[in-house]
Amino acid sequence: MQNAAKDFQAALLHKARWRPWEFAVWLVAFALPLLVPSHSLMVNEIAIVALFAMSLDLILGYAGIVSLGHAAFFGFGAYAAALFAKLVMPDPTVGLAVATLLSAALGAVASVTILRGSDLTRLMVTLGTALLLLELANKLDWLTGGADGLQGVVMGPVLGLFEFDLFGRTAAWYSLSVVLILFLLMRRIVHSPFGATLKAIRDNRLRAMAIGIPVASRLVTIYTLAAAVAGAAGALLAQTTGFASLDVLAFDRSADVLLMLVIGGVGWLYGGIAGALVFKLLQDWLSAVTPQYWMFWIGLILVLLVLVGRDRLFKPWTWFGRRA
Amino acid sequence: MLTILFDGIAYGMLLFVLAVGLAVTLGLMNFINLAHGAFAMAGGYLTVFAMQKLGLPFLACLPLAFIVVGLAGALLERTLYRPMYAKPHLDQVLFSIGLAFMAVASIDYFVGSSQQNVQLPEWLRGRTEIGDGALLLGMGHYRIFIIAVCAVLTVVLQLILSKTRFGSRLRAAVDDPRVAAGLGINVNVVFLATFAVGSGLAGLGGALGAEILGLDPTFPLKYMIYFLIVVSVGGTSSITGPLAAALLLGIADVAGKYFIPKMGAFTVYLLMIAILLWRPQGLFTRKGGR
Repeated sequence: MQNAAKDFQAALLHKARWRPWEFAVWLVAFALPLLVPSHSLMVNEIAIVALFAMSLDLILGYAGIVSLGHAAFFGFGAYAAALFAKLVMPDPTVGLAVATLLSAALGAVASVTILRGSDLTRLMVTLGTALLLLELANKLDWLTGGADGLQGVVMGPVLGLFEFDLFGRTAAWYSLSVVLILFLLMRRIVHSPFGATLKAIRDNRLRAMAIGIPVASRLVTIYTLAAAVAGAAGALLAQTTGFASLDVLAFDRSADVLLMLVIGGVGWLYGGIAGALVFKLLQDWLSAVTPQYWMFWIGLILVLLVLVGRDRLFKPWTWFGRRA
Repeated sequence: MLTILFDGIAYGMLLFVLAVGLAVTLGLMNFINLAHGAFAMAGGYLTVFAMQKLGLPFLACLPLAFIVVGLAGALLERTLYRPMYAKPHLDQVLFSIGLAFMAVASIDYFVGSSQQNVQLPEWLRGRTEIGDGALLLGMGHYRIFIIAVCAVLTVVLQLILSKTRFGSRLRAAVDDPRVAAGLGINVNVVFLATFAVGSGLAGLGGALGAEILGLDPTFPLKYMIYFLIVVSVGGTSSITGPLAAALLLGIADVAGKYFIPKMGAFTVYLLMIAILLWRPQGLFTRKGGR
């Protein structure tokens, strides 16, 4: 009996252990602004959307909540950070913390909407929340600048030491550091017993309830957390570009992040990173070829992805076999 | 006052015709089809081109939109949609968003992103006013026409669903596809026909609504949320539910935009979230929580 318990524990801990390639990924990520200085802005952008995708993964991949409005928190964080820098103080780290906390609060409020109902109901309320915020940002033009966007955001140096430069090198390192810290936090959470209960809820809510998991409070917690991380990603975007506009809240952004996560694979934090990387590179390449019709290719990718099967995309040898 | 109510009813009726196909798809196969608006857009563009290029009269274009879009729907159902039924909701959402994106970009490519106009015939352009003062009722002839067409359609649909053999098969398949199949009902054929009629109705709605809703390539995304509101608030177990929800939404939207224009669509979204918090399965539904 004792041994069996130990075996299970060992197996679970084995999953949570750091692999050598993980260190390599992060080393390469941090070296990129040095290796390809001209693409620092791109690195920055990829780091931010990767963080955003990972935050969606927390609720979609680990808790099974289908959301079409995750951009609500991203956009809220972006506006919060931009307004904080403009109206209160220009220090980026304080602004980031404030924006993250505010997004978490919004997530906690919004989490009551996703506790009940079917997938359709959840789709609708998440989508509704994002649209509500978009409408709000559009109408409160004395505060947010409305359709013109919030301009004139000037950021102070990071930690009082590193000024943001034109080439985005500081921005890239700043974003990467924040992403790494939050990634470590999320990695710890999803491998903890708390994370295991989330997966139990995702796989079978009724059964999870029956073995005594407090489903509602777990969902509220993870939704709040995901909102906070998404808000941090939004704040990073606003701080490093010095700009916030309505498109941070738009439906396209929610759909894009869903696509990224699905390309990379759900229920796996690196899925967000891989998806963001593939998506941004694809976008870069395709918009260079056909700038206007990028949407068509995105649609085609989505359709093919689902027809082939999400889990089989990176396993080409299973494409033509019999379906399981 | 009455004019706003009237416009709201016309708008709601239009939304109902546009969304009823979606309600049936969702109720029958539990399939979330976010590309439903693309069928409506197809109907709208078809009408515009049939009238401009072929010189067909407006009235001839409406059945044409219904039939062509219905056939296209049947084709797509058979080839693309059917494998999706058994998949999880996430896959369905991704797949149908993908289709909607492709439709938007293709129309943009082939037609251009500018707004298209439908040339209404002379007899639909006028406006009749009854009463005066606060009770003034101004009725655009086109809106009267829309209400009439949609009311007839609603009655016909209700009769088909409740009186005909096909209707009872459909209801049986909605309630429990497996048992219905066990009783010898060919659920796939029932669904193919329903999907075709549903997309045909969307096409018809798009043709009718091109004048009121506006027609440009972003139509499927712009109105997707409205169709979904109708379906999720109305519930999918009957067609009276979506009808009531569509009328409610139409009146609320028109009145909201008239009385508090600063709020815009804000009222509608807030109302939807509140209703769904209160009754997650929709306002008019027999089913309990599932």
